Amino acid sequence: MTLHRITLKTGADLQTFRKAVRWLIAEELAPQHVMFAVDDAPGLFGNETVAEAPPVTIPKGVSRLIEQVVCHSDPERYALLYSLVWRVLNGERDLLEVASDPLVHRIDLMARSVRRDLHKMHAFVRFRRMQGELERFAAWFEPEHFILEAAAPFFVDRFRSMDWTILTPIGSARWDRHELAFGPPAQREDAPVEDSFEEGWRGYYESVFNPARVNPTAMRAEMPKKYWRNMPETAAIPGLIQTAAQRVERMIEQEATMPTKRTPERALEAMWDQEPKTLEELNAIIAKAGPLVPGATQAVFGEGPHHAEIVFVGEQPGDQEDLQGRPFVGPAGKLLTKAMRETGIGRSQAYLTNAVKHFKFEQRGHRRIHSKPTAGEVKHYRPWLMKELELVRPKLVVALGATAVLALSGKATPITRSRGRAKFGAYEGYITVHPSYLLRLPDEATKREAYEAFLGDLRRIHDLAQANLETGELPLAAE
Amino acid sequence: MDEKLSKKLRILADAAKYDASCSSSGAPKRKSDPDGLGSTVGTGICHAYTPDGRCVSLLKILLTNYCLFDCAYCVNRRSSNVKRAKFSVDEVVTLTVEFYKRNYIEGLFLSSGIIRSPDYTMEQMILVAKKLRRDHGFRGYIHLKTIPEASPWLIEEAGLWADRLSINLELPTEKSLEQLAPEKDGASIETAMEQMSERIEEAREERRHFSPAGQTTQMIVGADETTDADVLRKSATLYGHYAMKRVYYSAFSPIPDSSAILPLKSPPLMRENRLYQADWLLRYYGFDVDEIASSTEQGMLDLDVDPKLAWALKNRHRFPVDVNRADREMLLRVPGLGARAVDKIVVARKHTTLRLEDVARLTSGLKRAKPFLITADHHPKARLDKLDLRERLIEKPEQLSLFV
Repeated sequence: MTLHRITLKTGADLQTFRKAVRWLIAEELAPQHVMFAVDDAPGLFGNETVAEAPPVTIPKGVSRLIEQVVCHSDPERYALLYSLVWRVLNGERDLLEVASDPLVHRIDLMARSVRRDLHKMHAFVRFRRMQGELERFAAWFEPEHFILEAAAPFFVDRFRSMDWTILTPIGSARWDRHELAFGPPAQREDAPVEDSFEEGWRGYYESVFNPARVNPTAMRAEMPKKYWRNMPETAAIPGLIQTAAQRVERMIEQEATMPTKRTPERALEAMWDQEPKTLEELNAIIAKAGPLVPGATQAVFGEGPHHAEIVFVGEQPGDQEDLQGRPFVGPAGKLLTKAMRETGIGRSQAYLTNAVKHFKFEQRGHRRIHSKPTAGEVKHYRPWLMKELELVRPKLVVALGATAVLALSGKATPITRSRGRAKFGAYEGYITVHPSYLLRLPDEATKREAYEAFLGDLRRIHDLAQANLETGELPLAAE
Repeated sequence: MDEKLSKKLRILADAAKYDASCSSSGAPKRKSDPDGLGSTVGTGICHAYTPDGRCVSLLKILLTNYCLFDCAYCVNRRSSNVKRAKFSVDEVVTLTVEFYKRNYIEGLFLSSGIIRSPDYTMEQMILVAKKLRRDHGFRGYIHLKTIPEASPWLIEEAGLWADRLSINLELPTEKSLEQLAPEKDGASIETAMEQMSERIEEAREERRHFSPAGQTTQMIVGADETTDADVLRKSATLYGHYAMKRVYYSAFSPIPDSSAILPLKSPPLMRENRLYQADWLLRYYGFDVDEIASSTEQGMLDLDVDPKLAWALKNRHRFPVDVNRADREMLLRVPGLGARAVDKIVVARKHTTLRLEDVARLTSGLKRAKPFLITADHHPKARLDKLDLRERLIEKPEQLSLFV
């Protein structure tokens, strides 16, 4: 039987290889009767005319492997891959699972070498800024395999807003912020020769080296010498290795010195005095941090006398609260104020605040619809709430609704089961519904009933605060 | 880049280099926006290696090496006479962005000496991360060192901007901490670790961003008297309680202008290496910490052979293992067989019967595996019980010499 010669282009010629495989399989030509040659000037030798043939179904793993291995620089790659395809289609469908098979093993090593080269290209390309007013960057790189096209998308994903070019001996890639284009091979001279940040980078590289751990073998295993000439920092390597032993000896021989500066007693004392001492200081910290949930125009702080007997904790500011920067001024807040008045709790007795200090919402047309903070988000705000309580030092802490209970106790608890007196850490507490729940009820009868129950809770809250006053009992300090 | 900034960079990179955790792994895959900069890939990338064999992945610097703390092992302790410097927030942002654009780094690893107060220091670090993310649309990797003495709300904020948070435990026991790091306190360190692990877990469930690459920590080895078994016990606790992504071990290394109360000697690199291997056994090979401890000598790992081999030599009655029959758990315990080799073996043997040359293609550790392994054409027989087996399996210490 004659030897069939298939010619492919230089580089990773996946397209021709695929087409050839389809035809070879259709013709039932076994690997020993096929020869693959790489040639840029086809037609010089007697080439096989590859006709269109139906697609071949091969396992996904095999086709992925082919995509990688065609990038390899070994001229034998196509022949090896064809042998693999042939065996897979002739009774060894699961061949890839036999990693110990000599052919699978060899192809796997080739794929690994390609992947490693890709990884190293992503790591070792060094851009230099090009001369000129516009910010443009270019790099010269010498990959081991034909990987330019496979490597380029990584740079697009990473440097999307940059204008960059990568030049290599096997081709070039240009990203103009909109489109990726591949061009002809280039030369080292086509790339800029320097960059103003390289010296600083080299200085950094020298400084992070620890001479007491010198191990050039480990370095070379991960950063083979062939890459060095295109990496500006590697110029420092010989010097670093040469002086390492001497530097370590000096450190070991040098006796411990006495500190030249005196102990900064006052700074040391002041260092631990960092806690906010007033609500104003705490609120300034909250304002500066910005929202820990998405949305919100501003932080909404607690409001009320500093040492109020009762602290009411709601969920989070609503639309109105967010715009005005004050808690409980929306519909639910108004209902709470009304109920407080009816049960004899004066605003001067109560401090009103929220578990979460920022409004979280979903925009629907012109309306901003309240969106419930997640448990994790509530916990983000918890340290502030705890500090707030510590500063107000109330006798009774009232949780309005489930979010407040979660914030105060750290645990999710259903209101229906826990309504009534409670303990939040060291604080005496009380659990009731959030006034917005009363607004959401569908019919008037239920609404009235629920409002009465809410008033009942507020009366007990009022009594509890009074009782505490009479016995002179003070809450324990916060944990 | 102006010279003043270069000089600061040298000082503040030198001051940060004793922290071993430079990896940029574990972040969810991100791409840059059309106007932004930066991406993350799952495994991280090492952009260079220094002649100590360590990976340069992130711009690892301190915001400042002025410090009010006086930790004996630390080059930046307040009583040290090293050169001091301080970056402004904008300087760190500029360096990160410009280095990143040139593909030198995967992102930023920012730590700091304590100035003014833990809160002030932590706020400055958060500000850097915030500026990078908000003003520069930076989507590269950010690792922030958490200061456990800072107020808890700062941890809540830091995790929203960082990919990874970490607190270095540095010393495994409360006693050593008291002696060598008087300002630190093990309880507040672990409280902060717990806070971070809870928040990380919640955010993962709620699909929100909070330190998505988890948290890590570091322990210094060789600065105090703690045994390897106790170090590993501490690690097992940290992995178990706080879901640490990794515990780093850092051989205590002589530093310029070192403290009088610490040993001045070459760093115990082999010990560090063995701890990493043992750590691996805990996390990926199904060993528990008592099994590893039982194969140490008075709590110290054998420096001549790796911990898995040390365990196998003390448990010879459980070998040899038949590569064609044994279950995965037992194959993982064979010296010289890594987890990946074991996975390949388990799949391949469904289709074929493995011979010695087949196993040779799957692992580079065949020499160590051979006395413990049965293949279709090999049985170690009495060799497994020979007294000199350990001696014959000792690795040649060629790469371990300090100055080659």
